[in-house]
Amino acid sequence: MAEDYVLELEHIRKEYPGVVALKDVTLQLRRGEILGLIGENGAGKSTLIKCCSGAVIPTSGSIKINGKTFSRMTPQLAAENGIAIIYQEFNNVGELSAAENMFLGRPILKKNGIVIDRKAMEEEAAKAFEQLRIKINPRELVKNLSVGYQQMVEIAKAIQQNAQVLIMDEPSAPLTTNEVESMFKVVELLKSKGVSIIYISHRLEEIFRLSDRIEVIRDGEYVDTLITDKDPKTIPHQVDELIKLMVGREMTQKYPPRPNCIKDNVVLELQHVYGNGDQDISFQIHAGEILGLGGLVGAGRTEIAQVIFGAAPKESGKIILDGEEINPKNPRQAIDYGIALLPEDRKRHGALLTVSIKNNISMPIYEKISRATFINSHTEKETAEKYREEIQIKCPSIHQLVKNLSGGNQQKVILAKWLAAMSKVIIFDEPTRGIDVGAKFEIYKLMNDLVQQGVAILMISSEMEELIGMSDRIIVLSENKMMGELQKDEFNVDTIMTYASGIIPESKRKVS
Amino acid sequence: MARFFKQNAIWLVFILEIAIFAYFNPRFVSLGNIINISRQVSYYGIASIGMTFVILIAGIDLSIGSIIALVNVVCAYLMVNAGMNMWLAVIVSLIMATLIGVLNGWMVATIGIPALIATFASQTIFRGCSYLLSGGLPIAGFTPDFGIFARWTLDRWGIFESMGFVGLIPICAILMVICFVIGSFILNKSYFGRYFYAIGGNEEASELSGIRVNRMKYLIYALSGFFAGLAGVVLLSRSGSAQSTAAVGFEFEVITCVVLGGVSVSGGIGRMSGVIAGVLIIGSLTNGMILMDVSEYTQMVVKGVVLAVAVGIDCMSKKRQTV
Repeated sequence: MAEDYVLELEHIRKEYPGVVALKDVTLQLRRGEILGLIGENGAGKSTLIKCCSGAVIPTSGSIKINGKTFSRMTPQLAAENGIAIIYQEFNNVGELSAAENMFLGRPILKKNGIVIDRKAMEEEAAKAFEQLRIKINPRELVKNLSVGYQQMVEIAKAIQQNAQVLIMDEPSAPLTTNEVESMFKVVELLKSKGVSIIYISHRLEEIFRLSDRIEVIRDGEYVDTLITDKDPKTIPHQVDELIKLMVGREMTQKYPPRPNCIKDNVVLELQHVYGNGDQDISFQIHAGEILGLGGLVGAGRTEIAQVIFGAAPKESGKIILDGEEINPKNPRQAIDYGIALLPEDRKRHGALLTVSIKNNISMPIYEKISRATFINSHTEKETAEKYREEIQIKCPSIHQLVKNLSGGNQQKVILAKWLAAMSKVIIFDEPTRGIDVGAKFEIYKLMNDLVQQGVAILMISSEMEELIGMSDRIIVLSENKMMGELQKDEFNVDTIMTYASGIIPESKRKVS
Repeated sequence: MARFFKQNAIWLVFILEIAIFAYFNPRFVSLGNIINISRQVSYYGIASIGMTFVILIAGIDLSIGSIIALVNVVCAYLMVNAGMNMWLAVIVSLIMATLIGVLNGWMVATIGIPALIATFASQTIFRGCSYLLSGGLPIAGFTPDFGIFARWTLDRWGIFESMGFVGLIPICAILMVICFVIGSFILNKSYFGRYFYAIGGNEEASELSGIRVNRMKYLIYALSGFFAGLAGVVLLSRSGSAQSTAAVGFEFEVITCVVLGGVSVSGGIGRMSGVIAGVLIIGSLTNGMILMDVSEYTQMVVKGVVLAVAVGIDCMSKKRQTV
């Protein structure tokens, strides 16, 4: 007798042009169980659940619901078959009441079939809330509800629609500690009613508390499924094992070697900087040093980079560049000080896709290479050709539009722009995200060249290997605060992961 | 070769249009009519330069028709009622037009009002101002010298008096050509042009590349105001009387010229040469339809269709790229 599976994903593969998001993932969800789904950032969790909801169509593989095979899902099919997803960003309409949100798009009508039966909807909503043992006034506008309750409205909506499978993507991320507690209660209540739940979270303690089994995926591939042992004594051991499974790869020679080129002089220093959500961030970067900035998505790493780059205001604290305090109010000023940022979202914030390679490279220096606003087109062209040669941007011509380049070459164009601007401090935010392996190596080599020339680099990375392989020192953030600093001989996946998950006690925090 | 045709398709359309009108009415290609067309299109051409910049950054400026009306009234008022020197009055009017553009820039960049609404508001405000100043009455009787920009006059024997002309070329047309040259220089040779294309492509990435996007918006709307003001002066010179009802719907025609010329309404794409073609096409279309006795109402329908088709082609080519 086969197991009673509500949802089975078999050999799901999803390819995007140039990138394979999911190589081969299999997932089986039993009736009435909570399955924890974990994996590093970029392992493919979000893509996988989007395959379940029909938002993403898998390249190959099949989806079985209650034993019935679907070659592809559509959002309608998913809903009809009782699959509901609670995303990190809620799908609520703030200006409508809780009840109206629950019946959005499928209102209960009065007998005449035209007018909305508000009363009936409110009664139904009240019933659903009662079922979940939560106290929400169905008439309350959703925007007036706390984040926790807003999430409850979504869950209640799913239950009201007879969802059998509830997929929750990082449900605890936006919640306060108390709200998390009540969310757990609801999740356990649902389980007792026979609802199956896929629970995705970075926070391993939550996974241990709730799940029956834990599935690990890595780089778009199924790794293993473990049965959760809730015995507190074995948990530390299990955590170690899970982290190994998540990060797991053998450290290969993926990183070009670099002689120690750290100089004594501090180029950039932050002293107790508050701003853009981050609190009390202090660190130093020396000339010729790569400082790694680790932590989970949303830990406040990009945020501090934006503050340094003048793209977000600083509230207090000091930013010191070459011994002098600076206060960049906008990116232009930061650039003029010699600070550069290669943003995480290359296509949205980094490269100007509709503009040529040549113009992208000269963008920050146009005012310098112009006379009475007229561009010295000779210098403009030469600059572009120089960097095209120097960092080997592969393109037929510098007049080509950047949108026609591969991810790796786009990243090189952005880097060329900052080299042209003579940057002293370069912030790389996820420098190799979405870049194929060969190009990654080239980017790493370029970073090595830069530090050898005395540039100071701040590298934000969610890839543990990259962080360890490239950094001279690592600082880990969690929930907008600094959790600790690791010297090169202390680099270790487990330590970084524990710092990043924020479970380290206050007394043990290492903050220089 | 294929690329050449694709980039210059607009000029083919223009030639085709001329051929069709010439076939139906040979008078269309007479010297007199060609001079006439060049005078008619001049103020569309001048105003289209500012509008090109605005649309390049994915903005819109609906206030230019009202700016023209206000420039007409203010300039005439200064000359007739205040007895101001003609050139001084022109300069004051242009400064005023530029400042209205700055106001638009302030609303769009600093306050953050969507360009469509911000400039729609100033359209109404400044149309109202021009009525307030003129009391709804035309202002006329300024010095004949003012006709220099565009006036076509006959002396008392009915002989062509070449005021406002250099040889056979109207001064307003020369002014338009100068403006187009300046516009092309800004767009292609100065760093402002690079910034405009960048901002139209992606505002956020532009800011993060060191462009002070808000400053550029101020500049662009100011330029749009300035060129509209200049167009207003030309119109006033040509009509010889200032009216608050002048240039109603003018922005519509200019936007049509610019979009027809290949400037993408979603920003970042477009060339000045295309806009010149767009201006000539719309100008000769209007003229040709008048010569063929097409009613004014039918003309409106035709121009509306042209705008929709031009934007439609732009949007369709965008869609094909993203799929």
